[in-house]
Amino acid sequence: MPRRDDLQSVLILGSGPIVIGQACEFDYSGTQAVRALREDGYRVILVNSNPATIMTDPDIADRTYIEPLTPEWVERVIERERPSALLPTMGGQTALNLAMDLHKRGVLERYGVELIGAEARSIAMAENREEFSAAMARIGLDVAHGGFAKSIDDAYQIVESTGYPAIVRPSFTLGGTGGGIAYNLEELEVQVRKGIDASPIQEVLIDRSVIGWKEFELEVVRDAADNVVVVCSIENFDAMGVHTGDSVTVAPAQTLTDVEYQRMRDAAIAIIREIGVEAGGCNIQFAVNPENGEMLVVEMNPRVSRSSALASKATGFPIARVGAKLAVGYLLPELPNNITKTTPASFEPVLDYVVVKFPRFAFEKFPEADSVLGVQMKSVGETMAIGRTFRAAWQKGLRGLEIDRPGWVTAKRLEDDGLKADDRDTLLATLRRPTAERVFQLKRAIESHITIHDMHEATFIDPWFLDQLVGIVEMEREYTDASDVTGDLLRRMKREGFGDQQLAIMRDEREEDVRQRRWDLGIRPTYNVVDTCAGEFPAETPYFYSSYEDEDESEAGGRKGAGESIVILGSGPNRIGQGIEFDYCCVQAVLALREAGYSTIMVNSNPETVSTDFDVSDKLYFEPLTLEDTLEIIHREHPKGVIVQLGGQTPLKLAEGLEALGAPIIGTSVDAIDRAEDRERFAEVCHIVGATVPDNGVAMNEDQAVSVADRIGYPVLVRPSYVLGGRAMRIVYDQAGLKDYFDTAIRASPNHPVLIDRFIEDAFEADVDALSDGTVVVVGGIMQHIEDAGVHSGDSACVLPPHLLSGDVLSEIRNLTSRFALELGVVGLLNVQYAIRDSVVYVLEVNPRGSRTIPFVSKATGVPLARLAARVMAGEGLAGLNVPEEPPVAGVAVKEAAFPFNRFDVDVLLGPEMRSTGEVMGFDDSFGMAFAKAQAAVGNHLPEDGGSLVVTVNDPDKLTVTPMVRRFRDLGFTILATRGTHAYLTDLGIECERIFKVGEGRPDIVDKIVSGEVHLLVNTPFGKKSQYDDYAMRRAAITYEVPYLTTMSATNAACDALIALRTRTHQVTSLQERVERLRQTVPAREA
Amino acid sequence: MEVILTEPTILLLEDGRLFTGLRLGALGPAFGEVVFNTSMTGYQEILTDPSYAGQLVTMTYPLIGNYGVNPEDEESRVPQVSGFVVREISRVASSWRATGSLPEYLMRHGIVGISSVDTRALTRHIRSEGAMRGAIAPASADPRELRDLLLMHPRMEGLDLVGGVSTDEPYIVEAEGDEKFRVMAYDFGIKAHLPRLLAARGCRVMVIPFDTTVEEILAEAPDGLFISNGPGDPAAVREAEEAILKLSQVGVPVFGICLGHQLIGRAFGGSTYKLPFGHHGGNHPVERIGHGTVEITAQNHGFAVLGGKEWSVPGAPELRVTHVNLYDHTVEGMEHKTRPVFSVQYHPEAAPGPHDSRYLFDRFIALMEAHRA
Repeated sequence: MPRRDDLQSVLILGSGPIVIGQACEFDYSGTQAVRALREDGYRVILVNSNPATIMTDPDIADRTYIEPLTPEWVERVIERERPSALLPTMGGQTALNLAMDLHKRGVLERYGVELIGAEARSIAMAENREEFSAAMARIGLDVAHGGFAKSIDDAYQIVESTGYPAIVRPSFTLGGTGGGIAYNLEELEVQVRKGIDASPIQEVLIDRSVIGWKEFELEVVRDAADNVVVVCSIENFDAMGVHTGDSVTVAPAQTLTDVEYQRMRDAAIAIIREIGVEAGGCNIQFAVNPENGEMLVVEMNPRVSRSSALASKATGFPIARVGAKLAVGYLLPELPNNITKTTPASFEPVLDYVVVKFPRFAFEKFPEADSVLGVQMKSVGETMAIGRTFRAAWQKGLRGLEIDRPGWVTAKRLEDDGLKADDRDTLLATLRRPTAERVFQLKRAIESHITIHDMHEATFIDPWFLDQLVGIVEMEREYTDASDVTGDLLRRMKREGFGDQQLAIMRDEREEDVRQRRWDLGIRPTYNVVDTCAGEFPAETPYFYSSYEDEDESEAGGRKGAGESIVILGSGPNRIGQGIEFDYCCVQAVLALREAGYSTIMVNSNPETVSTDFDVSDKLYFEPLTLEDTLEIIHREHPKGVIVQLGGQTPLKLAEGLEALGAPIIGTSVDAIDRAEDRERFAEVCHIVGATVPDNGVAMNEDQAVSVADRIGYPVLVRPSYVLGGRAMRIVYDQAGLKDYFDTAIRASPNHPVLIDRFIEDAFEADVDALSDGTVVVVGGIMQHIEDAGVHSGDSACVLPPHLLSGDVLSEIRNLTSRFALELGVVGLLNVQYAIRDSVVYVLEVNPRGSRTIPFVSKATGVPLARLAARVMAGEGLAGLNVPEEPPVAGVAVKEAAFPFNRFDVDVLLGPEMRSTGEVMGFDDSFGMAFAKAQAAVGNHLPEDGGSLVVTVNDPDKLTVTPMVRRFRDLGFTILATRGTHAYLTDLGIECERIFKVGEGRPDIVDKIVSGEVHLLVNTPFGKKSQYDDYAMRRAAITYEVPYLTTMSATNAACDALIALRTRTHQVTSLQERVERLRQTVPAREA
Repeated sequence: MEVILTEPTILLLEDGRLFTGLRLGALGPAFGEVVFNTSMTGYQEILTDPSYAGQLVTMTYPLIGNYGVNPEDEESRVPQVSGFVVREISRVASSWRATGSLPEYLMRHGIVGISSVDTRALTRHIRSEGAMRGAIAPASADPRELRDLLLMHPRMEGLDLVGGVSTDEPYIVEAEGDEKFRVMAYDFGIKAHLPRLLAARGCRVMVIPFDTTVEEILAEAPDGLFISNGPGDPAAVREAEEAILKLSQVGVPVFGICLGHQLIGRAFGGSTYKLPFGHHGGNHPVERIGHGTVEITAQNHGFAVLGGKEWSVPGAPELRVTHVNLYDHTVEGMEHKTRPVFSVQYHPEAAPGPHDSRYLFDRFIALMEAHRA
């Protein structure tokens, strides 16, 4: 059956802000889906609240709505656009849940929208535990599912089917607090009682324990004619018990015989049929008992996923693209394999390489959080490596993770490997608890001659993987012990996957010595193609990974027939502070340069991204972003230029080294980058430009810091130099705080000096993104932060245009920005951060690179800054590119940050250390409505109909909050306040009720939050260290999804938002319409 | 026994291309046609598949031996390949079913192999230049002498390897449960899975030597005749053709796979030819004509039946094509227009490989039921 002609338009839902568990893989899959449907002539309507995505670029879909992914707002889109169908499988769990919600509310039926890709019935069956278990039973497959127990008697009954050991988990507690494993009846009784107590709804979930079993995943695709293919198998290095997103994973499966693999494949096919996914892809997880091969089905996701993105990158089979085509009626044999072009998509890829994925964690941002890995995902990003052997991919993956390890290398200090000691007992005991550092602990264990058997007992990691690791250590010994490094030995080490830097460490040399010897011996990498067929057919698509084999398959010079080539270095794994925004910038550059006739060469190692989609650039190198790996590519390709300013800090840090070794860095010079980053040189730049900076100084140690702080006065903002995302950045109010900082926080960057700035209290901050060609400067946008200064710019909400800054201040900001750009000789993008107090503009930071806010600004103004920057870097002048001097905004745009607070048991208060994982954009015609949309989009659902407002603020904020409380009262809210706030407000004659803080009596605030009697919480911290009761209250708000506000400015904005929600029409407008409206009102500047 | 060997070893191809690696298994030299297999699992089934007799099998998946070897996954009693080429061999065996490691198994069975070879470069070479003869030998061997020896080794075309792999005496595989049918299965190098799958469907299977005569078969009055897979050139195997024609003439169902499929094609007048580099893998999409469905199939053959326009088989007007390979559009299945005869080029028993095509065994059973009724 070919394309369905009865459908005209398709609505695709994105996944919203980047959060733990939903990252840019859904931008990748959504973008693929939109493109796949548009090329078939469908009108595609897209809704996603995340402005940093490539999918929300106005030329990707026909109609792009940056609106909250809530049923109310999406219904407005449906009402306006009347799509014939909704494809819910491309936007993660968010889109799937939202589609189900729209279905249940009757919205889809009301507007005649057909659910395609996965039917409501199938989604429900896959998502509901009981229904899923029943479905598996029908096809003779076993699951680990037990059931819910509200009493010991229930538990007895459930455990009859699950057997022991059984896992007991209390329902509705964060991170499963209060759960445990029961090995016998007695333990079961204890665990169940404890769990029922811990659960607010007095219920526990009991499952069969499969901890320590081997974990596998299959990616399965099915079409409407019931053709099924298994695209990829994935085996987890970490056994069951660690979330697959936090596991090191390997493709293809390594330790299954064909008999077992086929049994799993048969099961997967039976599952997709039974669940009834008619046309699309799904991900199925299996647990296998290593003792006897018993196989259980863990879960099935009837949609594309993080694993399907990984599988697509690992195999070259574009699951999302194919899934979208199948959803509109195509059959697998009707679709081409886009890699070979000559063979159909109805096949199962075969690999002749090994893929290893490593998770990237951010525990350094959440020191209070539990860093033991478990069933709830905690990682924020991932990197993937392709190698001809497992060991080579392993080393490459660890290089690509960018955690300051040049491969599988243990840290200098034991504690950095998560160890207190390195004796055998400590090592084995530590290995039992999976953490981010466990891979390095394994190396120490092998070096201490702990056997594979003992490591397996402690970790359940398959002996085959452990033997591979032992093999690496053996090679290291051979290399270290060799009297002389022969060409043969060096070649073997490179073929094994060791990096130059790693080899240098082993023999106490410098990386450049190893590199030079290697070059002298002519030992250079070869590049192999990812071709879906293990070389059986010629492949068209230039998708490469490095190896040290006999034969090279990559011809230099980019794509055949294209012009000169330009290399774009990507941003590596997502982390807090460097995420999808930079992938957006890189992809924009690729698109712009391709359009301008260049052959584009992308280098990146993040499998979630659009930039690593094999048909985005002319050539893709899936490689770690290290000096060695990127340099070899550049030497091979001889590009006209290398772009380093769009991938965040990752490529920027490489710029100097690359340039020194002959790489033609284009855009802002390496020297200019240094002038902006080096403290002393930057001071000189500020002096020339005439910019005011807060008093500051540099300290190499604590004593120096104390004297600097005494000189400039507290409070001070302290941070190590060269940091990203406010890592280890803190506001310090006194000497004791400064000492504490040096004791605890400075570990992030021990060899770098500490920068100390006077912290300007009660200031506003503004962020500026600008673009320059060296002579002309375009101010892309001036964003005013909503939170006060002191909150990291990545965590602060901001608004564009900056409605509370005066004309004088704005023109000062424009002038300064322009002068900085010209003084530094910026060619490309520039981001400047300012603080404004009493009309004085202070410069906080100048970054001569693309920033996190580029996509936000680009979407608000319709001016694609990163694309223009790429053209400028390639040598074009701004004058010829038809850009307005300062692009107007097509309405009011509010950016709000999304935080992982529901994952980590940490405080929610904001500070100078960035902790948000993603962002949303609220876009409307008024500030209030834009803010309201932004809040809805991050799941902070402001109570439109009023209700109970709890106010508990510190003394300085009492004055500020008073008029706001009045406004809330006028909006019909009942005001509840804690003792101090209550007294203050009552004195002023504002009617309010007293509410107990935790410890003052019951029911207290937490009780009221739990029982649903609080609809909005306003809480600002008391003192420098938040007290436990405040903390408990804020945690309760997170757990029970009560909207909360922790700053006065956000409270004020929320008030504006509530008024807007009450008084203005709830309208949705597509980006295309907004841009069109602008075009009619503001003619472009004459070229 | 130390089974990971580090002796430098070479793989020399008849066109002079040389690959270096390390010794694996027994000491060379070994000669044969160099072919590759793209299956990522199932190396033990491949090693013991009699169709690989006379071939140096290259695994394109680089990590081989990870789960060791076990007695259940053998497709015949001993490894059948002439040589084995891998990128990397595992020294440990990680599986609850493993009874030994692969290097040790190869050594025990005297199979000559080579590891640490750039198997992708080798595969690409064969893909572009076609299957060719090769030799695995210690690196100390004189390349010119080795090449002379290699060129003396016979080519696959016209080569009858069946006699060497077929059973000498008939043997019985009893039906599981009630015996419903009696099937005779020509052994041209039959894989152990085939009689097993028939037995599981209630067939008592008599596996018969390649040179069993049609009279001997008729004397047993079987309910069905199965023609197995096997190595070499079908043009060199004539014994089965008469049996195919005679039995089907009296209505006895005939089911052939792989070499058996080629023999059915030839028996009814069709012709076979050598493919440039054969089909050797577990992921080939095959379309079932008229059904719009695709099976992912296991393949292992170097020859094919020549197909014609509109699913005809030139020279065999009584046959029609039922299955086609979506990679290169070669004939993958046929049936007789009037008689109960059908065949597939691929391996529906799929060991190793996906189980999508096992319905074909049910079809054979249904034909036997119809014949009896």
